[in-house]
Amino acid sequence: MTRKKLCYLLTFIAYFGMPLGIPFIKSTEPYILGLPFLLFWMVLWIFLGTGLMILVHRINPDAKEEVE
Amino acid sequence: MIISVGIIAIFLVIALFLGIAASRGKDMSLEQWSVGGRGFGSIFIFLLMAGEIYTTNAFLGVSGWMYGKGGVAFYNIAMLNYVIAYWLTPKIWAYGKKHNLLSQSDFFEQAYNSRILGTLVAIVGLVALIPYLIIQLKGLGIIVSEASYGAIDPKITIWIGTIAMIAYVMVSGIHGSAWTAVIKDFLILGVVIFLGIYLPIHYYGGIQPMWEAIEAVKPGFLTLPDSGFSASWYISTIMLTSLGFYMWPHTFVATFSAKSGNALRNNAIMLPIYALFLLFILFVGAAGLLTAIVPGSLILMSAATLLAKNVVKPIRPQTTDQQIGIIARYSVPVIALVALYFTFSGGGAITLLFLMGYGLVTQFVPGVVCSLLKKNPLTLQGVFAGIIVGVTIVGWQAATGAHLSKLFPSWPSYIQDINIGFLALSVNILVSITVSAFTRKVTVQNV
Repeated sequence: MTRKKLCYLLTFIAYFGMPLGIPFIKSTEPYILGLPFLLFWMVLWIFLGTGLMILVHRINPDAKEEVE
Repeated sequence: MIISVGIIAIFLVIALFLGIAASRGKDMSLEQWSVGGRGFGSIFIFLLMAGEIYTTNAFLGVSGWMYGKGGVAFYNIAMLNYVIAYWLTPKIWAYGKKHNLLSQSDFFEQAYNSRILGTLVAIVGLVALIPYLIIQLKGLGIIVSEASYGAIDPKITIWIGTIAMIAYVMVSGIHGSAWTAVIKDFLILGVVIFLGIYLPIHYYGGIQPMWEAIEAVKPGFLTLPDSGFSASWYISTIMLTSLGFYMWPHTFVATFSAKSGNALRNNAIMLPIYALFLLFILFVGAAGLLTAIVPGSLILMSAATLLAKNVVKPIRPQTTDQQIGIIARYSVPVIALVALYFTFSGGGAITLLFLMGYGLVTQFVPGVVCSLLKKNPLTLQGVFAGIIVGVTIVGWQAATGAHLSKLFPSWPSYIQDINIGFLALSVNILVSITVSAFTRKVTVQNV
């Protein structure tokens, strides 16, 4: 797999990961870190998504090209 | 009470001072004024973009929705636009830099080599922007009057806020917006996090006990309902807003102010951090004032640029660039006063237009994205027809209040609840592709 393709795959996960879980959340239980599960799920994906995009930025050939 | 009025006043003065001082040492050509000479690094870009997302809507909307509708309000922190931003904004920026573009309409005009398309985009953009500005002003009045315990009349606040905005936008343009964004964010960071942690602990003995208390009083309030604002409404709305976010004329232009593509990529990565603040959003007077002023000033500036460069210029082609710059600046108070007028007099129509806003600007997506591809599959006629059809559907829906559940009562609710902007976008794409297929031979080459 080329670096660019890996970037797209990670981006795909960062974008669809959070919405895909939403239909399955039917209850406020379990509370995690004091948050109802729906809210926790979203906060979790803020971190996961950011992490994934940092990774993408590290390996993205477009971003490297620009550093002079 | 006197203290809170004093704090609000002090921050307004600081904002005004910084906003005006921001132009010092720069010759304010139209390029400096509307896109900061394309010299903003990651931090300024971040503050501008973040200021845009978390507008008065975040202050009033999140706490209000949370109170009234429960779990659905969580969508405000469920942002995905940063993922799109990472790939899209550096491309828009590079194209803007290559062709010296100053507005979203310039982009369309250049990419499809058509002044008429540029003007169409300018007009749709203005129709979406003005109500957005009006909502900011209304929010400003409510927030400040609440924060001062009713001591300050909302009307006076709105007037003062608008005058401050006119002053620094006319003088400093986007530089002014960027600098006021700096103090706004320091305020939000400090006050909001403090109150967001302090209040639940003070009243409920902790954050989890607060949620549990809510769940006990209103069971199911913190999850999504099975129909109406259900999971499919929720997901389609998050996706629609993530696509539409950079299609607003003022956010589009803010990307032009970056100094490099990486400044925008870094911005995209940092944006979600800001979303965490929303967890703690509550009424905070001075911060509330600035949450209206920062996006308000950006809106004013891009509306003025659109009007001067993409509406006036095509009508009077002999106008020089210098004159366009002057016209842009003097349209600022005109647009602001029009918005003020509707803020004080407008009723339901404004809310209607505002609700349409995201649906309207999202119709620019196919035209923008396809023009960035190596070979543009769409033609000028295709994009033109697509935007017209998409905008018509959004407008028709808003005017008649039509809902998929009424049109197709037998369809399952997970389809009925999909945000109508999506339907408009799908039809738009279909029309664009179809018309493009028929007009392919007419257009000679891509730009």
